[in-house]
Amino acid sequence: MAVPAAKQRLSVPFDYDKYLRPGKLPHIWCPGCGHGIVLKSLLRAIDKIGWEKDNLCMVSGIGCSSRTTGYVDCNTVHSLHGRAFAFATGIKFSKPELNTIVISGDGDAMAIGGNHFIHLCRRNIDITVLVYSNAIYGMTGGQYSPTTPAGSYATTSRYGNIEPPFDPCEMAKAAGATFVARSTAYHTKELEKILLQALEHKGTSVVDIIDSCPIYYGRMNKFKSASHMMNGLEKDGTITVAQAAKLTPEEIGGRQLRGILHQAERPEYCENYDNIIVKQATATKGA
Amino acid sequence: MAEAEKKLPRIEIDAVRCKGCSICVDFCPTKVLIMKGTIVAVDNLAACTRCQLCDLRCPDFAIRVFD
Repeated sequence: MAVPAAKQRLSVPFDYDKYLRPGKLPHIWCPGCGHGIVLKSLLRAIDKIGWEKDNLCMVSGIGCSSRTTGYVDCNTVHSLHGRAFAFATGIKFSKPELNTIVISGDGDAMAIGGNHFIHLCRRNIDITVLVYSNAIYGMTGGQYSPTTPAGSYATTSRYGNIEPPFDPCEMAKAAGATFVARSTAYHTKELEKILLQALEHKGTSVVDIIDSCPIYYGRMNKFKSASHMMNGLEKDGTITVAQAAKLTPEEIGGRQLRGILHQAERPEYCENYDNIIVKQATATKGA
Repeated sequence: MAEAEKKLPRIEIDAVRCKGCSICVDFCPTKVLIMKGTIVAVDNLAACTRCQLCDLRCPDFAIRVFD
């Protein structure tokens, strides 16, 4: 028997096209690439928070993930490799009223832009950073990246990767980011909620998003299809913070934690700077 | 009740945007969709529960479910 339609009330599906530049789709991402799923979650979160497109600025570096800025119809900057954080800091600092989002990949954020990334977190400037972690440099042909798990294969690690991977969340937390979370492209609704919280957060928020590169990473690591990879890496490879709290470290195993991993209160960079201006102005007036 | 059962959802597939990754086909809980050549097609519309998982997980902005 069919499920009663009346119980499954569905409003009109979300209209992504109002946030996308007309005529730009289909995008360049490969079939099954998780970046499109993440972008959809981000657009839904932006819609929920109700930001005007004119007050929104997206900054990206170089890489598959950084192509996002070419499709979203807001103020966008497609900057240099790894330098998206530096560009975004400048934009936010000169126009604090702009809601600034940085879109970067794992290579862009952890390797080429690693230095800029830690200083962005250290300053606690009000920017949301999305790190699309697909554990590979997809655009240049599938070289291993700083988040490629040890033992997995890439075009430059034919006998298995011998390097231990970075944890972007631990790095952001250690550098001083005040909101650190992780989610996956598989858990789209959960990702939307986390992104919404990250956008609302005052201060640097970093969201590490595990998504799949079925073409390079998947093919070399024996994943049959995009959905096989999503099930294997994103669904079975992660565990929520609440679930993990009930388990021993042995039971958690190699699974990565999902959810909000760190949240803190610290003065925001632009506000600190404004305070100095006000303080100095009053001091000069008084003198 | 009978009338509600009769009312079928409308699944729109953008053939230009669809790249045939088959994510929607694999994650559909009631197997509504199938692959037809290189793009996705609706096979069993009556089984659709309007859960929208195909829409949520489509990376290509290609599929939408209307009530």
